[in-house]
Amino acid sequence: MPEELVIEAGRSEKNYWKDLWRYRELFYILSWRDIKVRYKQTVIGAAWSIIRPVLTTVIFTFVFSRVAKLDNPSLAPYALMVYAGMLPWQFFSNALTEASNSLIGNTNLISKVYFPRMIVPASSVITSLVDFAISFVIMLVLMVAYQFMPPLQILLLPFFVLMAFLAAFGTGLYITALNVKYRDFRYIIPFIVQFGLYITPVGFSSSNIPEKWRMLYALNPMVGVIDGFRWCLLGDPMYWPGFLISCLVILLFLWLGIWYFRKTEKSFADNI
Amino acid sequence: MSLPIISVEGLSKRFIISHEGTERYTALRDVVTKKAKGLLQRQGKSTQVTKEEFWALKDVNFSINQGDRIGIVGRNGAGKSTLLKILSRITEPTQGKITIRGSMASLLEVGTGFHPELTGRENIFLNGAILGMGRAEIRKKFDEIVSFAEVERFLDTPVKRYSSGMYVRLAFAVAAHLESDILIIDEVLAVGDAQFQKKCLGKMEDVSKNEGRTLLFVSHNMGVISNLCTKGILLNKGAIELQGDIQNVVNAYISNSNHNTEFGYASDDLKTKKSNYFKKIYLQNSTEKSSSDFAFDESITINLTFVVNEPSPNLMLGIGIQDKYQNRVSTFVTNVDNFKRNGNGICSGTVTLPAGIIAPNLYSFVFVLWIKDVVEYEVLENVCNFKIHDNGSEFSVYEGYDYGSFIVYPKWKYD
Repeated sequence: MPEELVIEAGRSEKNYWKDLWRYRELFYILSWRDIKVRYKQTVIGAAWSIIRPVLTTVIFTFVFSRVAKLDNPSLAPYALMVYAGMLPWQFFSNALTEASNSLIGNTNLISKVYFPRMIVPASSVITSLVDFAISFVIMLVLMVAYQFMPPLQILLLPFFVLMAFLAAFGTGLYITALNVKYRDFRYIIPFIVQFGLYITPVGFSSSNIPEKWRMLYALNPMVGVIDGFRWCLLGDPMYWPGFLISCLVILLFLWLGIWYFRKTEKSFADNI
Repeated sequence: MSLPIISVEGLSKRFIISHEGTERYTALRDVVTKKAKGLLQRQGKSTQVTKEEFWALKDVNFSINQGDRIGIVGRNGAGKSTLLKILSRITEPTQGKITIRGSMASLLEVGTGFHPELTGRENIFLNGAILGMGRAEIRKKFDEIVSFAEVERFLDTPVKRYSSGMYVRLAFAVAAHLESDILIIDEVLAVGDAQFQKKCLGKMEDVSKNEGRTLLFVSHNMGVISNLCTKGILLNKGAIELQGDIQNVVNAYISNSNHNTEFGYASDDLKTKKSNYFKKIYLQNSTEKSSSDFAFDESITINLTFVVNEPSPNLMLGIGIQDKYQNRVSTFVTNVDNFKRNGNGICSGTVTLPAGIIAPNLYSFVFVLWIKDVVEYEVLENVCNFKIHDNGSEFSVYEGYDYGSFIVYPKWKYD
């Protein structure tokens, strides 16, 4: 006799995580679908994931370095510093946007098939990882162009990518679950992303923030991630206490996201 | 036989319908304003939205053994789809318990998750994964799926360029090759051409009869249900009205599925937005009593009242008779101009069907007001269901056999 499945009201499945693992094929294939479909019917295709960060970097370098004349503590040129911040930020903002809209973008799946719903936002974050990988190549090209030798800690970069991933995933889970019921979040997300670009040290170095505010500043989890990226790629000084705070905030959001998602997951099909 | 493969105990599902606003989803704004209102008003008379509970399913119990083929029937809104959705774990029950002993695959919609930009080949893998097949399994069955769907030539074309028929064929083909102990299928065969429908049914029969898999099948097509299934469940307003042998269930469904059993059909004048529509239809027996049960040697009189606000010389009234499998048995039409219209546009009349022709069985009527090739004002299907019982035709000894829908008295010549 095969295994027995019991469906009951309010029963949280014991083998939720095992189920998630069993549906990994679906996770691969949904990620693959999103990647494949992403740049269909665009003329320059994946080049979009290069053009956007590069152009923003050019403008930010001009505005923050030439016009605002902000301080650059880095050994690297200003443009490199901006791009090193732009990389995780673009990844985070794309992933957050995609994840937040992922459930309502897959309404037909949610209302017609069973699978652990967490697969949907997770696979949409993965899609943004591909864009990230493409823009990362440009980072390497820029380094060669500026003849900049990255420090040894570049090997630790995957850890910071994971941080950015978890930051986007945790927040995305929370928002996408809310989005099922309250479509307001569809409008809030572009706002958060736009707003975030300025309160996060993308166009400038976080060393411009007065020392006494830095702990508070690090409550924005992307501050820690971006500082980490600059430390890895450019050898910029790292503010470790702030980094620790950012890590904690990310974990808190992740826990909150998973908790809320799991709590509301079962009523998605009724509410969507 | 060991434990049932599916057992359902006390299953209920409640929806809360809120009567304020017609939006499908809640906006944060509403929640905030409601909270604010609540704060201002305190208790007592509150202008809270009237929330109504709606039980889509109420205390449903049944169990299904391995290899059973269950047809689930019921009117729209009886809870069929909700039941399937709960069984397939898409939505959670409010009360009750379901135990499923076996792997399960459900097909509630043809082509769920098909992406228009992807090719046929890619969509087979995508859809297969969505339905729970592994890549290895799909690869193994790939050729079979493709040949079943008859889309070999278009495998590398994006499905958005497919004809709707090809699309449905491909989608069904993937689902038909699922390997699971239990297969749940919701009215998916309503699409596709007749030939392919036949093929699908054949496949489903093959799957359930020869491979001993358990099938749960929802359809409005009684012919298909009674051919395919062995047992049935009749749902009415969220509760099981009857379960057991499929033939009994189908008959029960047909005999009480009309709008008003006593009366025939009556429209809600205030609700209708149609310009020409049926107002009231009922059946009378030879003694002018309204009825839905007629003897074989009794005539049937249809008493019709309809409203014509948009007269036209080409406006036609059509009446069709359907057997219990929804197959058309007969049709007769007349020009609406033949009726007298009173000041309010109301027309009325009767039409009498002669006795001794329609074979004893269950039937229903279809009523249509239309202008040929231009517009169908109203189509009423499955109304004024009626039964013809045998009171001594020469076929009464064959009761229970299917000897057709009408009886003629042919001229024999015996050499």
